[in-house]
Amino acid sequence: MPRYFGRKLLIYGLTFFVAVTINWMIPRFMPGDPVQSMLARANIAQPEAVEAMRVHYTDLFGFDLPLWKQYANFWAALFRGDLGISIWLFPTPVADVIARAVPYTLGLLLPAVLLSWVAGNRFGAFAARRKWLDNTALPIGYLLTATPYMWLAILLAWGLGVVAGVLPVAGAYSFAIQPEWSWDFAGSLLQHWLLPFASLFLVAFGGWAIGMRNMIIYELEADYVRYLRSLGASGRLIRRYAFRNAILPQVTGLALQLGVLVAGALVTEIVFSYPGLGHLILQAIQNQDFFLLQGIFLFIVVGVLIANFVIDVAYVVVDPRTRVGMGGAA
Amino acid sequence: MTGVRNALRVALRNGKLVAGLAVVLALLLTALVVPATIAYGPNEYVGPAAAPPSAEYWFGTTTFGQDVFAQFAYGLRATFLVGLLGGGLAAVIGMAVGFTAGYRGGLVDEILNMITNIVLVLPALVVLLIVNAYLGVRDVGVQALFIGLTSWPWAARAIRAQTLSLRSRDFVDLARLSGMRTPGIIVREIAPNMSSYLFMTFILLFGGSILIAASLDFIGLGPSQGVSLGLMLNNAARWSALHLGMWWWFVPPGAGITAVVGSLYVVNVGLDEVFNPKLREM
Repeated sequence: MPRYFGRKLLIYGLTFFVAVTINWMIPRFMPGDPVQSMLARANIAQPEAVEAMRVHYTDLFGFDLPLWKQYANFWAALFRGDLGISIWLFPTPVADVIARAVPYTLGLLLPAVLLSWVAGNRFGAFAARRKWLDNTALPIGYLLTATPYMWLAILLAWGLGVVAGVLPVAGAYSFAIQPEWSWDFAGSLLQHWLLPFASLFLVAFGGWAIGMRNMIIYELEADYVRYLRSLGASGRLIRRYAFRNAILPQVTGLALQLGVLVAGALVTEIVFSYPGLGHLILQAIQNQDFFLLQGIFLFIVVGVLIANFVIDVAYVVVDPRTRVGMGGAA
Repeated sequence: MTGVRNALRVALRNGKLVAGLAVVLALLLTALVVPATIAYGPNEYVGPAAAPPSAEYWFGTTTFGQDVFAQFAYGLRATFLVGLLGGGLAAVIGMAVGFTAGYRGGLVDEILNMITNIVLVLPALVVLLIVNAYLGVRDVGVQALFIGLTSWPWAARAIRAQTLSLRSRDFVDLARLSGMRTPGIIVREIAPNMSSYLFMTFILLFGGSILIAASLDFIGLGPSQGVSLGLMLNNAARWSALHLGMWWWFVPPGAGITAVVGSLYVVNVGLDEVFNPKLREM
């Protein structure tokens, strides 16, 4: 087991290293001069102001230093938690801007991912090999998992928000109230949370249900199932065994799907102007705030790495083979 | 020949495969033929502003009087193109890495596996956000290139696992004994024995590329020239089609993406059942 975790940690460490290096490299080695293009976008007429900005940006990127030193400084700043200053919300540090948005993204993403995973697996296992359910649920599942997250979000916002007028379609809480510890505010938060949550949940649910259904079908053809059947075991018992075997690839699948789920949350937030990381990304792109964009990039990578590690631990818990070093799917 | 005919018969009797293929082909035909029949470009201001669907403009018009149906047809083109190029590139990289790692084993496998795992853990869309924001993407080709470069790892892993299980079979040993070189063995002995698997992997990569491209376009990092279904969604959201109740602006592009990707997935299940008799309905 130490070897299993050692390997995983090595990969995550290397991934973090690669991510930081990408982050450092892209602005420096892209065609053209980032400082020049920022100045051009700022669109300032006075030469003194342009010169002041050029000095400011060159200093910020540290372009006047030798490359290795720029790289070392980049890492040093990172370990101090310094991700630079946001240009869009000047002069707020990028780390603060991100810290303000993260609770919203996590509050949306974590429940949606976990609940859809649990519910999707249960439903998929239930539907498998039940002809009627299989034939109705399966097409719906494929339709859901093929739906672009933002489109389902738009449809829900339009149907339930604009046409029916039941739920709000923008923001994380009513613009009429201030964030505070009160029932009013909590209710407003919940109301605004429902639609983005529902659209994330539904798309992910379809994927998990399909995955589970396909796994169970393979499992139900396995030799141990035949053996159980020949012993006269009940269908319920057989399904329970099949489920326990089929859940393992789904745990791995959760790790594999993390990137897609995060991406889904980002675009869903954009649809609902939900003030999480997705909304920040949109603002960063529209305002050419590259420091903010890069900070968010690093933050999401670290988040995904941590989540991967948590899933690795969970895998060891659910698969006894990894504990005694017999391998299993690593 | 009877083998092929037999396989075709099984395939044509599979409802999922036939239905999925029918939808994909119908949309592909729309993408290929319809743009040629429309006299104006997808972004030209041709009709009345914000008109609902009518006999003249089947899908209505945008706030600016652009024909939504024309945009849809051209957008489908971009969607298929990004799927083909992005999915194709990812499949090629995935196969190259997967076959090499699985067949060679040893240190080569260790290194390739490490690289695969690193790219696998990096969230593709977020990497693409950074790359596209800095480099800017002008056309669908460049977008597909970046998508292909980031979405191959799971395919490489799956192909590697399959190769590992085929590597020690007798016919591979025989080929090796007869002096065949490694690339020859991979291309002529191993790949044909998992061709159905490779084809299904390509279909999934195809669908995945389309969805990633749609997300990028929606965020506003799509190709700066031309139309795509994702860009249509982006425009509809930006000009608040939602609040103006202009459903004909945002329903078709999303439905197009869902139809293409969803029916590809259904085709995949159908193929799986055709290739794997165990899975057919009892």
